[in-house]
Amino acid sequence: MADKGIYTKRNDGRKMDEVRPMTAKVGIVPSADGSASFQTGKTKAIAVVRGPRTLHPQHMQNAQKGVLRVNYGMMPFSVEDRIRPGPNRRSEEISKVTEWALNSVLDLSGFPNTVVDVFVQIPQADAGTRVAGINAAAMALAHAGLPMKQMVSAIGVGKIDKTLVVDLDKYEDSEFHDEEGSTDIPIVLTSRTKEIALLQLDGKISIPEFKAVIELGKKACDDILKVQMDALKNVTGESNE
Amino acid sequence: MSKYIMPNLQKDKIESYLNKEGKRLDGRTPEEYREITVEDGISKNSASAVRVKIGKTEVLCGVHVALATPYPDSPGEGTFMTNAELHPMASQQFDIGRPGINAIEMSRVIDRGIRESGFLDFKGLCIKEGEKIWQVFVDITAINDDGNLFDAAGLAAIIALGRARMPIYNEKEDKVEGYDDKKGLPLDKDVLSFSMTFHKIGDKIVADVSKDEEAVSKLRVTIAIGDNKGEPRITAMQKGGGAGTINSEDMETILKLAESKWSEMFPKVKEYVFG
Repeated sequence: MADKGIYTKRNDGRKMDEVRPMTAKVGIVPSADGSASFQTGKTKAIAVVRGPRTLHPQHMQNAQKGVLRVNYGMMPFSVEDRIRPGPNRRSEEISKVTEWALNSVLDLSGFPNTVVDVFVQIPQADAGTRVAGINAAAMALAHAGLPMKQMVSAIGVGKIDKTLVVDLDKYEDSEFHDEEGSTDIPIVLTSRTKEIALLQLDGKISIPEFKAVIELGKKACDDILKVQMDALKNVTGESNE
Repeated sequence: MSKYIMPNLQKDKIESYLNKEGKRLDGRTPEEYREITVEDGISKNSASAVRVKIGKTEVLCGVHVALATPYPDSPGEGTFMTNAELHPMASQQFDIGRPGINAIEMSRVIDRGIRESGFLDFKGLCIKEGEKIWQVFVDITAINDDGNLFDAAGLAAIIALGRARMPIYNEKEDKVEGYDDKKGLPLDKDVLSFSMTFHKIGDKIVADVSKDEEAVSKLRVTIAIGDNKGEPRITAMQKGGGAGTINSEDMETILKLAESKWSEMFPKVKEYVFG
């Protein structure tokens, strides 16, 4: 490609395909069945699993398998303008796509008529909160000992003007408007088969570029998976995001 | 909200151990608090955000300071709001949805304790009388419930207020431009008040209840006490925990205990709040 565009250097000095520094912890909420935190750069997510427990009201039960229910939310103080507590259109959608992504690897066939609740909360946001939440939630489900066919890892890939980047921060995600602007593509990949469990796109991108995005996502998810697995091998029992 | 289920044997054990041995199942004396830990810098996007733990009970609390127009009946004063969420991640007993009565009661008791103490200087939150003021939000989210969320939340609220940074107001463009890290909220440090919650279990008055103890509590009294030139002064009270009466003997015990606990804990709390 002759024209490299105007975005040639990232604000924090990262390479274009570099994920922000990550930390992950498992076992952060003692009273829960499973819990984990995942942080990338300044974006922090915590996830808590409660269940399987009997699902009420009864008509919502599935006699074949357990039901997964995801609730995603940002804490009021997670962003610069206070967020009113409670659901909104954005959080409802993110809850649902997170639920679909996790449900593609979770096997609740052994728990008919029950519900597994996953609560994702964001104490501090700097873009990429849904993918950070999914990384934490996948660990929390594993921590709860629920059968999973494989792990999932999540990453935000993007295009800033003409440049493809991995793990967008808030500036790249929502404050860059020059030239071709910013395109944000959250992706969730399964750990073994590398299949896509979540895909959203917000912006403009060519088909060859999109193919390159998936490849970048795969590479980043390999790094994230390592962090997730390390954390699962070192359950702390200490609370910290 | 589903009820916290505990075997009757366990209930009896908690009460009889307290009545006979004067001790609690985790070895604490009736007036003893669990270890309190405070961590700052949970969110850099707000004026402050802290984590407070009492034993395994954990809350996060953040403060937001935003521009607003004053109420007509108090044109020269800022506003203050406390909101507490008993999030279902913290306990099997909490549900998703609108705040229930427990969350509402908790945030209102904490709100009163701070508001009435005079700790927050409402006049100092006025930018231009009748036109522009600061509104202060305190948002508390429960992370893990192992009993006595009331005190963890109350502590978190005053600590987050004490450590909050003031936003920078650009008058020309009428907007906020980041924070002044060196400038805190207008606070009267001499009247800092914090709340302590006591329960009656068996025949004893107990401070800082565990989750199991909370479930056998006969009644709950929360008292916020502030400093009045070295003398403790009550700034808010609430009898809670359902029906049940306090006899004069118990009231006496609670007040005595509150006073001595306050003297013991106040220097430490002051340190938490002002860093």
